[in-house]
Amino acid sequence: MPEVTVEMTPTRELSDLRQGGVIRQDQLVIEDAWQIVRLDEEGNLPSFEQPALVPLTHWLESITAGTAREQLAPWLPSDTELTSELGEALSGTPLLAIDFPGFNDGRGYTIARLLRERYDYRGEIRAIGDVLVDQLYYMARCGFNAFHLRDDQYVEDAMYALSSFSVSYQTSVDQKTPLFARRG
Amino acid sequence: MYRYDTYDQTLVDERVAQFKDQMDRYLAGRLGEEEFRPLRLQNGLYIQRHAPMLRVAIPYGMLSAVQLRALANISRRYDRSYGHFTTRQNLQLNWPKIEDVPAILGELAQVEMHAIQTSGNCIRNTTTDQFAGIAEDETVDPRPWCELIRQWSTLHPEFAYLPRKFKIAVTGANADRAAIQVHDIGIRLTRGDDGSVKATILAGGGLGRTPMVGDIVRENLDWQHLLTYLDAIVRVYNQWGRRDNKYKARIKILVKALGIEEFRTRVEKEWAHLKDGPETLTDSAVTNATGYFPEPARRDVSEDAINAYEALRVENRAFSRFVTNNVVGHKVPGYKAVTLSLKRRELAPGDVTADQMDAVADLAEQYGFGELRVTHEQNLVLSDVPVDELETLWKALDTLGMANPTVGTLADMICCPGGDFCSLANAKSIPIAQALQDRFEDLDFLYDLGPLDLNISGCMNACGHHHVGNIGILGVDKKGLEFYQVSLGGRSDDNATIGKILGPSFNAEDMPNVIDKVLQVYVEQRLEDEVFVDTYHRIGMKPFKERVYA
Repeated sequence: MPEVTVEMTPTRELSDLRQGGVIRQDQLVIEDAWQIVRLDEEGNLPSFEQPALVPLTHWLESITAGTAREQLAPWLPSDTELTSELGEALSGTPLLAIDFPGFNDGRGYTIARLLRERYDYRGEIRAIGDVLVDQLYYMARCGFNAFHLRDDQYVEDAMYALSSFSVSYQTSVDQKTPLFARRG
Repeated sequence: MYRYDTYDQTLVDERVAQFKDQMDRYLAGRLGEEEFRPLRLQNGLYIQRHAPMLRVAIPYGMLSAVQLRALANISRRYDRSYGHFTTRQNLQLNWPKIEDVPAILGELAQVEMHAIQTSGNCIRNTTTDQFAGIAEDETVDPRPWCELIRQWSTLHPEFAYLPRKFKIAVTGANADRAAIQVHDIGIRLTRGDDGSVKATILAGGGLGRTPMVGDIVRENLDWQHLLTYLDAIVRVYNQWGRRDNKYKARIKILVKALGIEEFRTRVEKEWAHLKDGPETLTDSAVTNATGYFPEPARRDVSEDAINAYEALRVENRAFSRFVTNNVVGHKVPGYKAVTLSLKRRELAPGDVTADQMDAVADLAEQYGFGELRVTHEQNLVLSDVPVDELETLWKALDTLGMANPTVGTLADMICCPGGDFCSLANAKSIPIAQALQDRFEDLDFLYDLGPLDLNISGCMNACGHHHVGNIGILGVDKKGLEFYQVSLGGRSDDNATIGKILGPSFNAEDMPNVIDKVLQVYVEQRLEDEVFVDTYHRIGMKPFKERVYA
């Protein structure tokens, strides 16, 4: 057997790597003012400045109440059960987020796919919470197009990870034809 | 067998590069232990008791001679010159260095192999009948369907972080040799009246801490819908499977909690959206996959040769024993499938040295069109041997120590690596297997006992499938000491049954005597030709319990 050399990954200089923040699927770091508001330990919503991503239930209440809709967007907990009513309500917001309480909680992938494929949601879907570079490729395939990285994550690593693969077998949001139908 | 095209090769090469990058970041301290864990697991890398372990995927148990030689070389260069075949038809290397793993994966990619999704909470390697494509009782060759499932499940973006691991098994024969009833999803392929392929889908089977037999979710699904239906089941599981307790996270717990009716309702509701969608299989997709599994270029075997083979069986007792136990019928007259026994005293069950791998690869080229299968009983199979070459093959296997004529008997034990290697294990399992092999080595005694599955697991995770052994042995830990619990009556065939616990556990030293007493009860009580498991189900636990605990 010949000697094998595994191709080295491109060297990324550690000196000026940026950590955390929001990146887009098109691999641009964005300046972003949206703050994520979570319930406190008593289950109450703390006071916050807008623009803000607020828990889904709070956002739905604010719509009903007719308050400051443009400066508010919802974030969906990972146990959110999508219905056609909810899908309809969400179609009005240009931005929503899906929370990853732990990076190994895989429910958010299904939620994003359903929003894109079943409820035809066209706005920005942002991953928030325990968002790590090594899950971004799958997130992007499932319809996420913005990622609020955990504070210790390197932006350069994230951008590299987003383009890990040039081929995929299955359909998803980014690929409407399975490989078995694309093979000659 | 399946061969990579540029798409497959590109994906596997890119996977190697991805893991190399992840390993670099881990070793540089930029990727934490916790965050690295699922990444390494989904590339087959465990951190074990003494050393890391790398589990290499052998998709549905199909292996080429070229691949086996590559595995031999890898085990020499990066490990201790041996490998261990597992109950999920994979191969484990027990002593690689962590930092060598990307290079090992690079070498595997050169022979169209990988370790993708051999561990972790994702869809694992799909398993099937070791006699796929050649069995006399087969109606559908499961291999093309397994390959389509392999591709669908590989790097599936939605299902990489499931609540727990997820295993799929497929059979296309009348007799289930793939244990489909004890998998997360079991698929039985049959043919409709018009000859088209239908799939009956089971869900919620599994071993581990809470062993269960799967329920039927859908009968006679048209083949076009196989992948969309799998998508629907796994999506329901991903959304509603428990994530708060890893011991209650398998799909079987969800199926049981909801009840099969409600589970089916949710699956069907989800599937209604996916049905006829883009993942719906097409004629050309199936034709393409089927084309990778052609009938090999078998030659005619003359009537005289078949007669000579039958005559040899009568004349030569040792050969006859080998044929009776280790050789099975073939759909083509004049051909047989031969099981290479990896159950011998010198090595742990399922272990093969690098030199043996090379020798077996040579035999596969000489006698089996360069292909091999791995069985879930941890043996190897040459699937296409003409009967006039059986004698020379038998002699070659005897020289290699792989002709023990004990396949299907008590001596053909399934055994996990256990506490000698595995960090999860509560107790050692290999020394128990060896003690039992020593005690019950008399061939006439083994043959008199007849077919008997004895399965040993070193812990609840049940890699040794102890629940479905006719006799099951489970290693348990009591205040830091190793004990063994015995169960009886399990089976993994069409009447899959979870064995029942005999009673309080035993010391390692007592195990040969305990099993001996169990066997005595069987020998005394059996009716003519009645196999062990049938006697057990007829007479019940009581006589066994009374004898063992007398």
